[in-house]
Amino acid sequence: MSDTFLEMKHISKLYAGVQALDDVSFSLTRGEIHCLVGENGSGKSTLIKVISGVVNPEQGAEIIIEGQRLSIDHFSSKDSIDRGIHVIYQDLSLFPNLTVRENISFNVHVERGKKLVNWRDINAIAKGAIGDIGIDIELEREVGTLSIADQQLVAICKALIGELKLLIMDEPTSSLTKNEVDSLFSVVKKLQKRGITTLFVSHKLNEILEIAERVTVLRDGKCVGVYDPDELDHEKLTYLMTGKKIEYIKPDTSSISREVLLEVRNLSKKGNFKNISFKLYRGEILGITGLLGSGRTELALAIFGINPAEKGQIVIDGKAVSIKSNKDAIHQGIGYVPEDRLELGLVMPQSVSNNIIITVLQDLLNSLSMLDKEKRNSAIQRGIRELAIRVPSVDSAVMTLSGGNQQRVVLAKWISTGPKILILDEPTVGIDVAAKSSIHHIIKQLAAQGIGIIFISDEIQETLYNCHRILVMRKGRIVSESQTSEMTEEKLFQIVNVG
Amino acid sequence: MEISEFARRLLKRNEIYLLFVIIALAIMLSLFNPNFMTLENLFDILRSYSFMGILAVGVLTVLLSGGIDISFTANATVAQYVMAYLLVNNPEMNIFLAVLIPCSIGIALGFINASLIYYLNAPPIIITISTLNVYFGVLQFISGGKWLYNFPVWFRNFSKLTVIKLVNPEGIPYGLSILTIIWIAIVLITFFILKYTTLGRKIYAMGGNNEAAKRSGLNILKLQMFVYCFMGLLAGIASIIQALLAQTVAPNAIMGRELEVIAAVVLGGASLAGGRGSLIGTLLGVSLIAVVSNGLTLMRVSSYWQKVFIGLIIIISVSITALQRKAVARRVAAVDVEE
Amino acid sequence: MWKSERFNIQEWFRRNRELATLPFVLVAVFALMSILASGRFLRGSNFQSMAFQLPEVGLFSLAMMIALLTGGLNLSVITTANLSSIVAALILKTCCVPGDTGPMVTLIIILAIAVALATSLVLGLINGILIAHVGVSAILATLGTMTLYDGLAIAITKGYVISDFPKSFLFIGNGTIAGVPIALLIFIVTAYLMSLILSRKPYGVSVYMIGSNEKATEFSGVNIKRVLMKSYLLSGFLSGIASVIMTSRFNSANAGYGASYLLVTVLIAVLGGVDPFGGFGKVSGLVMALVILQFISSGLNLLGVTAFVTISMWGTILIMVMGLNNYLEKRRLKIIRRDFSA
Repeated sequence: MSDTFLEMKHISKLYAGVQALDDVSFSLTRGEIHCLVGENGSGKSTLIKVISGVVNPEQGAEIIIEGQRLSIDHFSSKDSIDRGIHVIYQDLSLFPNLTVRENISFNVHVERGKKLVNWRDINAIAKGAIGDIGIDIELEREVGTLSIADQQLVAICKALIGELKLLIMDEPTSSLTKNEVDSLFSVVKKLQKRGITTLFVSHKLNEILEIAERVTVLRDGKCVGVYDPDELDHEKLTYLMTGKKIEYIKPDTSSISREVLLEVRNLSKKGNFKNISFKLYRGEILGITGLLGSGRTELALAIFGINPAEKGQIVIDGKAVSIKSNKDAIHQGIGYVPEDRLELGLVMPQSVSNNIIITVLQDLLNSLSMLDKEKRNSAIQRGIRELAIRVPSVDSAVMTLSGGNQQRVVLAKWISTGPKILILDEPTVGIDVAAKSSIHHIIKQLAAQGIGIIFISDEIQETLYNCHRILVMRKGRIVSESQTSEMTEEKLFQIVNVG
Repeated sequence: MEISEFARRLLKRNEIYLLFVIIALAIMLSLFNPNFMTLENLFDILRSYSFMGILAVGVLTVLLSGGIDISFTANATVAQYVMAYLLVNNPEMNIFLAVLIPCSIGIALGFINASLIYYLNAPPIIITISTLNVYFGVLQFISGGKWLYNFPVWFRNFSKLTVIKLVNPEGIPYGLSILTIIWIAIVLITFFILKYTTLGRKIYAMGGNNEAAKRSGLNILKLQMFVYCFMGLLAGIASIIQALLAQTVAPNAIMGRELEVIAAVVLGGASLAGGRGSLIGTLLGVSLIAVVSNGLTLMRVSSYWQKVFIGLIIIISVSITALQRKAVARRVAAVDVEE
Repeated sequence: MWKSERFNIQEWFRRNRELATLPFVLVAVFALMSILASGRFLRGSNFQSMAFQLPEVGLFSLAMMIALLTGGLNLSVITTANLSSIVAALILKTCCVPGDTGPMVTLIIILAIAVALATSLVLGLINGILIAHVGVSAILATLGTMTLYDGLAIAITKGYVISDFPKSFLFIGNGTIAGVPIALLIFIVTAYLMSLILSRKPYGVSVYMIGSNEKATEFSGVNIKRVLMKSYLLSGFLSGIASVIMTSRFNSANAGYGASYLLVTVLIAVLGGVDPFGGFGKVSGLVMALVILQFISSGLNLLGVTAFVTISMWGTILIMVMGLNNYLEKRRLKIIRRDFSA
């Protein structure tokens, strides 16, 4: 029992009528690397908040840290930090305008009673932290100029100052390349050698398999169980997270027409991609996968006109077209669903209506060049109907919708333009597994209507079970092209990750 | 740090370019009018601009914290008027009191700003636009718009004090004004606060990422209180300086110059979004405006054209910054392309 | 053809929840002023004088509103008007003597008005270029142009006031048609057109979307540069209209006029429901706020309260509005709160 770092029993939390956590038990052994898995609404964020003292659980809960029972009502975030528990949130909570050195040592500033800054101390502390983990980052640089991966390492160093016993990371790998993930994991292993426990929230199975020693799954506020990663595979994990079995079938390629909708010839742009050539057929879903930093988004933005190529040709329906701006692209019938739904895909504070019609405003005019109420409303209603968007009122702000519904609004916005080609960049990122498959269904339906779809995804499984053909990109080039029917998960994984 | 490393890092900072521009302008102006580059002129400029310079230091501090304050001119006006009123009517008044009162008023009005901003959770620009109007309106109402003059002799004499006494070719003595010394002292104190106290570092942090600041356990209320009260204090001090310079106090003398001060601070590289800016930049910004204004005067350009030049400088400066930013964004290559 | 919709009060309140308090405030202020200023507030002459003052401030507020909606700010609205009015005044002064009448004079007046409007468009264009094409932030760009335009106005007039214009010109700012001041009519028409543009034109929808998220709107195919340019041109133009009315009403043009108006326009916009961060705000709200403030201003004036107290009142009202908004927002969040990330 002295090996147990944290033990939590009967943890419940009620928020305005919603049972965020329902009698959850959770424990961590000292020095283990533990993974917490769950969908949005499963309670994982709330659980983290309870551990870090940000919220207090309901009466009847027990929290025991290193053998000491805590008073539920008096456990604040400061207490949690005092006990060596640090949370690194997805936004990293760093100060972009301060140097690496100062960010790492920042907690020294906050220490009670300290009025003056001893820069020599700050320097020494930061140097020590970097040396401890063995990473190489310039102390002088402003954190805002670092890559996300480096910022994450800075955040970890920061957590090391003061006694770190439990490091909690929320989806740390979402924006990291494979190399960067490897670096992160080796750092986590070094921490483990020093007896530090790590808890991270993730849903990427391959990463969980690689690093986690135990996995806790939450669903609807309840703890479904604690598992050994070796017992898990995608199907089982999905089932545990959603309670549903989702069928994965490879799409039927036989009905794809032989009409070439889009042809890209030798597209190149310095620092982005080189000699890209491929064809997209009418009604086909063409998957483009690869590691982060392989140039997929840059390529997509080139076809969409925001990041125009320097060399090469784009041919649509047999005619060579010039795409120098996204207006050109839209005019040619191309739509683009960005990876960053919150910042680029939708205008969050604005209504669902405005977000749906923004792409087709010119089509909704009456004879006096004003927006026609009838046309406007029917365009909105059509979008809602066709994409089955669940919303109490079309005037609600898009940010009040669930991730899945938000993505449907984005799709509705592009569908209303009557596109020939849709480029979807990580269309299901940040969306629950159940909602994911319904988005996949919509995408397949769109393809069936004859739209050519370019489907960019990070996930091997998603690519395999939704696309007719798959391109793999690495370092700005296409390194593989294959029919889905000839491909397996293992083979694809190999090509993407190993080459 | 080796010399080359130092030089390289120095060149990266935007303030260097500002310095080059000022030096270039100064050289050009001195070609037109040799009187420009004299120590006497320099001391004179430093004396006249100590008022604006002190305010600029306060504005910089507020901007660094992620906020903004437009009410400081009204703040200074109220502080100044009360002090002046008391001084003119009680010439025997204690000097210490004469300084304490405007400073306290400045701090008090700054305190009100900070409280409103924090407790009403409202954008600082809107709150301080409001308090600007309230402070000034109340003062005008109470004062009836009367000008004040006839300050005690010591008040007049103090404003003429100098250190480093020199004599110019015509036999007239001049020197570095005590007012400038006060400005320099304030700059040094603020420099110390910003760089060597945890308070100063926390201000930078709060301006850089407010959310992270909260999560790190920083006391946002305390920091905002300090920043706005500090601005108020400096407004109070500046108002004393201005009274010393003008030897008269009119309720609307200081009003209307808010944007001029903010422009100087922004020219010096401070970001309106918070977290970025330096004292050196601010001083350079004030210097630039001072050099241009003074230079234009010496070139016998009618004072009517001064604002035109200042306006053009602001436009050109912010345009260059914006274009620079665009160029940097374009240069970032996202992919390590295999050639 | 024109589709007329029955005006449903309930529907209006539902759609404009943020503005819902304004009509009540309007009535309350009206009642308060009527009581306090006893007979004088309710007299026709009072309404007349309010009706004459209101249009200028209203136009400036509309000019500010456009900039606010796009997520920016236009600090140069007043100086744009001053400079435009000075240009027009110069033309009137050079070509006419105050006592002049006749078709020639009318032609010159029309020319002067056209030049004032053209000037305001050019000044707005400069803002548009800086903000839309060079990429300077709105506050900084208009800080610069405000200073520049003010400087130009001072340089041209050397601090003097240009005054004494032909009688027929004065008619615009001081005349009435069927008892309604022409200036007020101009304002009403302009406000109506603005609300139409914002609610029924593609440009309008784009403005709101850009105000909330410029990049995302750009990704949806909207030409950001064109919309921003249009907005600052429009803002300048509105200042131009205000300048014509102003010059006519005061029979003079000078560089320093209306400096305190700048902050009042922000107050009116924010009070009227315009989000200072952009993306939200309606002309109807702004007009109500405008009327409320005009009632207060006139009422206080009738009570013998000096202008300075009135100015303080503006500040206090804005602070109270911020406080009220904050309180309501907190309440709304409590009711809606669902921990989405549980």
